Amino acid sequence: MPLLPPRWRLILAVVLLVSVPIAAGIFWLFLTGVFDRVHGLLPVRPPSADNWRFIWEGVGGRPPVRIPLLNSIVFAGGVAALEVIVASMAAYAISRMSFPGRRLYLGLVLVLHAFPAVSLIIAIYYVLRLLGLFDTLTGVILVKASLDLPLGIWLMKGFFDYLSWDMEMAALVDGMSRWTLFWKVAMPLVRPGLLALGTFALLSAWGEFILPFTLIVSPRSWTMAMYLQTFFGEVFMDFGMFAAVGLFYALPVIGMFLVGQRYLLNIYGGGVKG
Amino acid sequence: MVREAVASEMPQVRPGRPRRRYGVPLLFVAPATILILLFFIVPVITTLGLSGTDLSTITFRQPKWVGVQNYHTLFTDPFVGKILLNTARYVLLTLLFNVGMGLTLALLSTSIPTRFGNQVRALWLLPRILPSVVYVLIWQGLTREAPFGLVSDVLGVSRNWITAEPWAVIILANGLVGASFGMLIFTSAIRAIPSDLFYAAAVDGATTGQTVRRVVLPMLRWPILFVTAYQTLSLLTSFEYILLLTQGGPGFYTTTVWALHAYQLALSNYFGNVQFGLGAAMAALLVVIGVVVSLLYLRVFNFRELVSEPKVEVN
Repeated sequence: MPLLPPRWRLILAVVLLVSVPIAAGIFWLFLTGVFDRVHGLLPVRPPSADNWRFIWEGVGGRPPVRIPLLNSIVFAGGVAALEVIVASMAAYAISRMSFPGRRLYLGLVLVLHAFPAVSLIIAIYYVLRLLGLFDTLTGVILVKASLDLPLGIWLMKGFFDYLSWDMEMAALVDGMSRWTLFWKVAMPLVRPGLLALGTFALLSAWGEFILPFTLIVSPRSWTMAMYLQTFFGEVFMDFGMFAAVGLFYALPVIGMFLVGQRYLLNIYGGGVKG
Repeated sequence: MVREAVASEMPQVRPGRPRRRYGVPLLFVAPATILILLFFIVPVITTLGLSGTDLSTITFRQPKWVGVQNYHTLFTDPFVGKILLNTARYVLLTLLFNVGMGLTLALLSTSIPTRFGNQVRALWLLPRILPSVVYVLIWQGLTREAPFGLVSDVLGVSRNWITAEPWAVIILANGLVGASFGMLIFTSAIRAIPSDLFYAAAVDGATTGQTVRRVVLPMLRWPILFVTAYQTLSLLTSFEYILLLTQGGPGFYTTTVWALHAYQLALSNYFGNVQFGLGAAMAALLVVIGVVVSLLYLRVFNFRELVSEPKVEVN
């Protein structure tokens, strides 16, 4: 609001108080991962490297952590790359070309954007089995990228809509094909959009749980989310290691948050669904 | 034949040919179309199809068509009332928290200097961008018995709060994630209010409370409607945090909601026999609701404006 209320300091205090639980949660994760024993938010024993032994040895019959870590990197990277490229191509066509069925296509994208895709999980399981992609990283990458595609197309269409037509027109008159123009002229111009969608896709895939949990079985294809999930419900939960694994897994996200919170705020504030 | 062969070897088709109208755009939308067909359209049909079969672990090789029998089984199940009630409770209470908290945060964080406001909003974004398993791990840790759990410390009662108060934990855990959605949308809506209105209100001697009630809230009517509508649908079908927090327990169906029950019937092996057909029937109802409601959104938000023709035609 353009005029700050006279007692904005009081409001600031209230809003900080309300936000304490979130900060406390992150703080707890950090402390519990680092120290041997933590009561509430109070470390009662010195830091322990034992919490982190999952890095150099397999624990509790789980595969060594580098396997799910690598899988998560491949998964998140694959999803982001696929989503950005496929969504941009479709968005460019919808934004820039006239073809029969264009309105219908855009309508479909909009409906699917609002449609809660998680309700399809049972059928997707079945479809992946039929395609022979069940229990493969490729299968889950395809599914995750597809389910986020309507959002991506919608987002990228907005960016292409804002491009000035003159430059494209000049290129077309000079005899450049639509395909070359897309890659050489249009894509570089929407770089902010590509970056936004890419960041969103990376974060979303990195944290994804339900899809890999449902569509992957073999430990060699586990992602970090599944690896961490196996610590839930152990009879004697070692919260120190549990939190250390969680911290290890969340580190890229926390890092990105510390570096670019303004940027993330813009992306998520810009109509990305949640 | 010869002409066609030559034409197909040439990458560029001469202008004026009717196939060009389809050719190039088709190339661009083909990958997206294939993925949408495979993982949206086919699954919608598959869900409906499977819901009419008796597919289960026992009948996996030869499923039979049973028509509406699954739906009949579903609505004569003695626990369906409990699950419906749980679903209503989950959706309504979480929605109330999400929208209320989102609105509160938007109002508060726009009433302080922008740099503080941004930091507060960024902090509230954390639960959303944190991997869901890590987020639930934090909840597990904070709600443990004393001396470990912070909640037990603060309340002075040592409990495992997830087993003691599963609903409170589920609604809060979902709510802290969901609130940021409303917060961001309401914030941009507040920022879009012309500043003249605020100055006019101030000149008229309105207090902050009056300004919020008479100027800001009326302007937020549409965003509030949008957030409520949108989150109702996503909450109805979501079960991730419940699955991770309580798995539908403790005890018998205590926190099992519709979407979770469908998932567990069809895909998890706790009861030995996976009832794929029955789970699909439950999911089919959600899918139908999802399709109908999403189509409704299209009508509400001005579709014609969104799909205005592209500026220039050359193909």
